Amino acid sequence: MLSLTINGQSHQIDLPEDMPLLWVLRDHLNLVGTKYGCGIAQCGVCTVHVGGKPVRSCQLTIGGVGTRAVVTIEAIGQTPNGAKVQQAWMEAAVPQCGYCQAGQIMSATALLNFNPHPDDSDIDAAMAGNLCRCGTYIRIRQAIKNAAAKTA
Amino acid sequence: MADTRSSFAQSDAYLSALIREVRAAPAARALPAIGRRTLFKLAGAGAAGLVLGFRLGDAAFAAEVGNDNTAASQSLAMNAFIRIAPDNTITIYSKAPEIGQGIKTSFGVIIAEELDADWNHVVMEQADINPKVYGYQGAGGSTSIPRAWDQLRQAGAGAKAMLIAAAAELWGVDPSQITAKDSVLTHAASGRSAPYGSLAVAAANMPVPDPKSLILKTRGQYRLIGKRYRGVDDPKVVSGQPLFGIDVQLPGMVYASYTKCPAAGGKVRSFNVDEIKAQRGVLDAFALNGTGLSVEVMPGVAIIAKDTWSAFQAKDKLKVDWDLSEASTESSSQFSAEAKKIAADFPKKPDQDVGDMDKSFANAVKTAEAYYDYPFAAHVPLEPMNATAHWHDGVLEMWVPTQQPDRGLPLIAKVAGIPQENIVMHQTRVGGGFGRRLINDYTCEAAAIAQKVNAPVKLQWTREDDFSHDFYRPAGYHQFKGAIDKDGRIDAWQEHFITFTADGKKEASGANLTDNLKYSIKAPNLRRAKTMFRLKIPTGPWRAPGDNAQVFAAQSFMHELSLASGRDHVAFLLDAVNREVPELAPKDKSINFSPKRASDVIKLCAEKAGWGKTLPKGSGLGLAWCYSHAGHVAQAVELSVDANKRIKVERIVVVLDVGPVIDMAGSEAQAQGASTDALSTAIGLKITIENGRIQEQNYNAYPILRMPFAPMTIEPYFIQSDNPPTGMGEPAFPALAPALGNAIFAATGERVRRLPLRDLGYSLAI
Repeated sequence: MLSLTINGQSHQIDLPEDMPLLWVLRDHLNLVGTKYGCGIAQCGVCTVHVGGKPVRSCQLTIGGVGTRAVVTIEAIGQTPNGAKVQQAWMEAAVPQCGYCQAGQIMSATALLNFNPHPDDSDIDAAMAGNLCRCGTYIRIRQAIKNAAAKTA
Repeated sequence: MADTRSSFAQSDAYLSALIREVRAAPAARALPAIGRRTLFKLAGAGAAGLVLGFRLGDAAFAAEVGNDNTAASQSLAMNAFIRIAPDNTITIYSKAPEIGQGIKTSFGVIIAEELDADWNHVVMEQADINPKVYGYQGAGGSTSIPRAWDQLRQAGAGAKAMLIAAAAELWGVDPSQITAKDSVLTHAASGRSAPYGSLAVAAANMPVPDPKSLILKTRGQYRLIGKRYRGVDDPKVVSGQPLFGIDVQLPGMVYASYTKCPAAGGKVRSFNVDEIKAQRGVLDAFALNGTGLSVEVMPGVAIIAKDTWSAFQAKDKLKVDWDLSEASTESSSQFSAEAKKIAADFPKKPDQDVGDMDKSFANAVKTAEAYYDYPFAAHVPLEPMNATAHWHDGVLEMWVPTQQPDRGLPLIAKVAGIPQENIVMHQTRVGGGFGRRLINDYTCEAAAIAQKVNAPVKLQWTREDDFSHDFYRPAGYHQFKGAIDKDGRIDAWQEHFITFTADGKKEASGANLTDNLKYSIKAPNLRRAKTMFRLKIPTGPWRAPGDNAQVFAAQSFMHELSLASGRDHVAFLLDAVNREVPELAPKDKSINFSPKRASDVIKLCAEKAGWGKTLPKGSGLGLAWCYSHAGHVAQAVELSVDANKRIKVERIVVVLDVGPVIDMAGSEAQAQGASTDALSTAIGLKITIENGRIQEQNYNAYPILRMPFAPMTIEPYFIQSDNPPTGMGEPAFPALAPALGNAIFAATGERVRRLPLRDLGYSLAI
């Protein structure tokens, strides 16, 4: 039995320790906002925050989470930067198919948490791990800048 | 089961027909007059509130008043698209799949425009699949807007007419004196007004107007069409709410993986069933013979497990003894080598022979020859293929992220051996289509698996499954020869197209030369012939089928010819497109190709890009255009190239004429997204086949463009000509690659004649 803190809630989980966090979230906790895309940390759609850092949840086993708090897209809007990023995403009409956007938002929020006023190269570095097959990068970049402009 | 060869051909024939059908945007056609009244109830419409339901089906545009309108919970059907609640909330049903092209928003805007609804109180919902009510419910070929344009406007205008009729009766005034705006009806003379919500009950009992009697708005009257909108699902998208097929979770649900032969056409002899069933979390495992058709169910092994991870883990342990006797042993490198070898031997029997080629070349002032090629490509949208099915009570209930849910119905019925009426299909949001999800193979697999599982089951492909079992954009090889006459005009175009066939008779699906090209080449002497290689690997529609790569080859060679002519490229293109060559004019009246619209986008693109300006050494400006999916599009790329062949894209300009724009924000998104996709594909994407097996298995081997390499800006411009609106999903793709190649030539003097450009040593600079 493992204890995981996800979105501020403690969960007692009776699952193999080598199961990736992604599938525990999706299939066992019904938190389906975190997506499956590649299974090898190449696309970033499974990005969540673990201990405040953006992590590809397809590669992190639940045994490896330890006591670090997990935050997913479902709860990121409860953080100041998360809410700003989500708002900026909607104002810029970023999503096309929308499938990658949860991961993009988690990476962007983590960026602003560490660097409230990122320049283009900071954005490039922070977002390079998140693929968008529809090609929404221009609006993602703009939305991050808009969100940053609102950061106090 | 038919022999494998004919199964390949049969699958391919199905797809070819589907592409033809999807791409043929029907000419506007009057809907039939009022038909018989039949009740149509919307799913979930029994709740409080009111359903207005037109039945816009096969033969009827009929209003419905339900038999059960006895209480507050009455459900009055007047219109299958619109529901108005007493609190003035208007629910609009989007009939076709949202795959990222934005139609769930655009469809709502079109209906709300004619309804004169208050957009701030419109809620968009996805309609279930019911082709008898809604007609076509697919999303392909950029035809959603042109196909639905009249139907949606009539639905909105018809409901508004019924609301007005109800108010006129209530107030004892002439309907013509009532105006509608923002979900409120007003009779100015008497100062009376009423919100739609208060009139909905009475309106639903009004006679349904003959759609032909409805006066639709003219462009000058639009209040909603053409503005900028946020995506209607965006609040759910950004907060991770369940929307997509992969998000479907049902009580008692189990999870399936399905493993097919890595070489197309292989069959299951046996597998390590006992070992698999003993794996952690595994509930069952079994082989399926399938129908042997790649568009339905190919043979494979299904593993049923308690969660996706367990199904994937067991899949890794799977050892299948494949019968490879009829499987593909093809290799893309062999095709490339063979094509190059035979390219110069022009076939004796051309498919098209206009004018006098030999005479043209004899009299030519200049000639040019070139060989172009491009590889197979995979779609790989970010949501891997999946579908959920529940076989219960003699009904197959399905949740499907597909572009053609309606087209899946007969296939699923066949695979499951049940009548189509016994399938209940819910459509979900779709995490990317690009043409991949026009094919319903994975929904058919889910249906076949569900019949052997006593629970709801979600079939989940791995990303590797998705790479291995796609319907690929076919590779293509073009040997061109062109002639320039004494006036510097294009006089002859000869093309040997080397492509693929599944049946040995005609091109495989997506592997034919598109008609669009000949409208743009306009050489008075034109001869084209093809050579086809047999192929077992399935091919299919890929964003802007045919055009997506053929325009690269053709418009790059047009640039070569313009250089040979000594004339300015833009002048050369304008001259060609405005030429009268009756044999090359569209025969089909529904083809909306227009030399004027083409000229206008070319000219505006040149102007916006600063055509003719002086650029520093190592920089270049390239331009190309295309007619694709009923859109006229020109694209320009300005870039610089360094000594290590690193390309810095400075600017991309996209000019489109797709008629009036419905949602400007969405249309700009498509223009930018398609251009980015095209840049990504031109620079880096390639599928390699080795002994019938796809070598690229995940995104690490298939470098889709990432943020650091994305252009900082892509500037879209729209010429909103007074033509019926056409789709935006595809037209902004094809001309980007030739504009890029032409710019590279302008910058470096090196002509790129092969995609992806990374094979020629090019890469994008950060």
